[in-house]
Amino acid sequence: MKHLTSINDLSRDDALSILEMAREMHDVQRRPVKKLPALRGRTVVNLFFEDSTRTRSSFEIAAKWLSADAINVSAKGSSVSKGESLRDTVRTLDSMGIDAIVMRHPGSGAAQQVRGWVDASVVNAGDGTHEHPTQALLDAYTMGIDVEGKVVSITGDLAHSRVVRSNVLLLQKLGARVVLVAPHTLLPAGVDAWPAEVTTDFDAVLPDVDVCMMLRVQRERMAGGYFPSEREYTALYGLTARRLAKLKPTAVIAHPGPMNRGLEISSAAADDHRSIVLDQVSGGVAVRMSVLYHLLAGNE
Amino acid sequence: MNAEEVSLALTRMAHELVERNRGRDFLLVGIVTRGVPLARRLGAQLGIESHALDITLYRDDLREHPTRRGSRSELPQRIDDKVVVLVDDVLYSGRTVNAALTALADLGRPRRIELVALVDRGHREFPIQADVVGRRIPTAKDERIIVRLAETDGEDAVLIESETR
Amino acid sequence: MNHIISGAMLPDGTITDLFVADGVLVDEAPSGAQTIDAQGLVVLPGLVDMHTHLREPGREDAETVESGTLAAARGGFTAVCAMANTQPVTDTAEKAEHILDLGEQAGHAQVVPIGAISEGLKGERLAELALMHRSRANVRMFSDDGMCLMDAQLMRRALEWVKPFGGLIAQHSQDSQLAGPGACCHESEISGRLGLGGWPPVAEAVIVARDVMLAEATGSRVHVCHISTAEGVDVVRWAKRRGIQVTAEVTPHHLLLGTELLEGYDTTFKVNPPLRTSEHREAIREALIDGTIDVVGTDHAPHAPQDKDHAFVDARPGMLGLEQALAVVMEVAGEELGWGGIADRMSVAPARIAGIAGQGRPLAPGEPANLVLVDPSARAVVDKRESASLSRNNPYDGLDLPDPVRLTMYRGRITHQR
Repeated sequence: MKHLTSINDLSRDDALSILEMAREMHDVQRRPVKKLPALRGRTVVNLFFEDSTRTRSSFEIAAKWLSADAINVSAKGSSVSKGESLRDTVRTLDSMGIDAIVMRHPGSGAAQQVRGWVDASVVNAGDGTHEHPTQALLDAYTMGIDVEGKVVSITGDLAHSRVVRSNVLLLQKLGARVVLVAPHTLLPAGVDAWPAEVTTDFDAVLPDVDVCMMLRVQRERMAGGYFPSEREYTALYGLTARRLAKLKPTAVIAHPGPMNRGLEISSAAADDHRSIVLDQVSGGVAVRMSVLYHLLAGNE
Repeated sequence: MNAEEVSLALTRMAHELVERNRGRDFLLVGIVTRGVPLARRLGAQLGIESHALDITLYRDDLREHPTRRGSRSELPQRIDDKVVVLVDDVLYSGRTVNAALTALADLGRPRRIELVALVDRGHREFPIQADVVGRRIPTAKDERIIVRLAETDGEDAVLIESETR
Repeated sequence: MNHIISGAMLPDGTITDLFVADGVLVDEAPSGAQTIDAQGLVVLPGLVDMHTHLREPGREDAETVESGTLAAARGGFTAVCAMANTQPVTDTAEKAEHILDLGEQAGHAQVVPIGAISEGLKGERLAELALMHRSRANVRMFSDDGMCLMDAQLMRRALEWVKPFGGLIAQHSQDSQLAGPGACCHESEISGRLGLGGWPPVAEAVIVARDVMLAEATGSRVHVCHISTAEGVDVVRWAKRRGIQVTAEVTPHHLLLGTELLEGYDTTFKVNPPLRTSEHREAIREALIDGTIDVVGTDHAPHAPQDKDHAFVDARPGMLGLEQALAVVMEVAGEELGWGGIADRMSVAPARIAGIAGQGRPLAPGEPANLVLVDPSARAVVDKRESASLSRNNPYDGLDLPDPVRLTMYRGRITHQR
């Protein structure tokens, strides 16, 4: 395993190996000395073309706790307008002899393109509306890794979500049953071909789900006509207090954040005892440590 | 060494450990993989619990070897001010023990660390010596010491294999 | 130099010798002629491309009139219509004359300037259409290609304005709301999976439908550039049956290449409109064969590496086309079209629709000697490095395709031979 730009880069065993080692890394996180020497001498560059404090800092901490040198490069603003191509940007970094590029880019497929241009390992920290594989690993980790046979609903702006694509691929590998819930305007083209069930009726699926994952809906989508108003969206697809009552007592509520409280998720749901939203944050460093370890610790 | 010789060696090692520590408590910590069942057997003889330490993430040869997934360490919450007895099957270059020492240092500040090995085959690359040894077996560098244990390999035996056979 | 072309087969199947003197086909062997052995070769009227981006002025690092017309000659073309989206935009008589002069200086093919419909391609007010027509460049075809002229009222005015001199309005049919700036992949399972902005077929069809109705209302002529969808073709077919003056063009890449090529996010395959699925390819192929689509236009769009080496959504759309256009048409529809059909779609019809005198003419005495000699059976693997273009965004690189063009003659001069 050299790169992680899509969940498709992982076999089921790879995914399980990453998730299980994340548990060990999580243990390390709880002890006084958090540093492991495993990646001493390695250099990891966080190349972020889009702001994301949470993802960037969790990768940075992960690299540092594995004793790698972590360098943050903010490349915000279009490189197109600066006259430098993406290829030149990454090849310049690569020629400095770094070991990995952790990349966030607003363009779908950017991480996959970069793989072909550099010698370093490439980790996709989110590319446009395509994938966000470490977030999916984190979500599966938070669900307890063993999701075989569990019913996972994912509700929200699926058309513009990179989280949903990675999650569907990973959950399928791990044997979960995925149900996608969104209005037609927010469903990706060709979603019927995905390894998931698709419905526009949130209420109908609630009693069956083991994991109820809510995705962020951007208010700006209203301008594009994707939905008429917040009130109408919440009425149809929000995890309201009323819908919360329909969930099984054993079900858990997930949200990869950042949450729009009152829009896709009510405070009652976000703060419910079944909510694993905060666990989704705390496992982030451990999962990313495990990913970096799997990509970088092996033979060159 | 055959099964009987291994068993005898372990019994003697257990006695030596008690003598060294004069009845004071210590933690038995086997180094993953084969140090773990050895520590368990020593613990059984002494009537104390044994623990496990995985040092995969501390190895200095990670780059040369394919990534292995470490199994999890099983240690008590705190090792501060405890006497830790590390248990391994073969003491050779000393690199494994060195990694284990680093790992322990990250976990806390033991009062003392001791080392127990079933076999010491020489050829040290680090200034590390065992406090208790089952048997010293002088070897050539191109020979391999193979330790087989019932728990992991179905039988107890220590074999010498020559690479240039 | 005078020439005797011996033993070539005409599109109708007859084998004949052709005589060229002073740039014109003549009826007997001229003196001091060099003989070209054309045994086993087919002779077609020089190909005419209604849709070429030559990038000069403005982006001479990607293509120049010189390099672009050399590529044209290598592809068997003797005339190319130069799209108006250069820097500056070809939207005045002077700018059109400049392009014409650059073409004459290069001399590898006739360069026919296309004028912009709107000033600066902004879609706000009309460019000086009639003055461009009256200039030395004699502009007859107008297009904002690259941008769709979305304003229906402006489109109507443009059609009305060019009607007196028989001008042609060529539309890049893309509803800019249905297929906005981020739309870069045929809307389908693949766009959804890859997370690329979807470009739905309906975004083309609604503009084609609007424009044919405007053409009917004004009694003027409209041309649909690079039609790519089954729906668009259906609208054109309906409009033609109704007697509306509409013509349509298809590109070689839309005939051969599919949207699945985008799987690896290789920006070479980013083009606008996007590559589509096999159902659409089959529909446009049939339409080319049955004549619903009148012409093949290359939409040859050279780009420098720094404009392609970006994330897929940020990369410029467009791909090369001049050098492989004939090969692709032979590959996908050669049998059905026959040599007569190929000559029509790639020479006769484009010259007639664009109003280019002396091109797409019968190979008969008295006509200008614009022709191409074609090897009907040679094949080769395309190597993008072997190109006269300054750019390398060749989508056919590595494909095994016909390798037909043996000799191109423009006004009696050999512009390409191998």
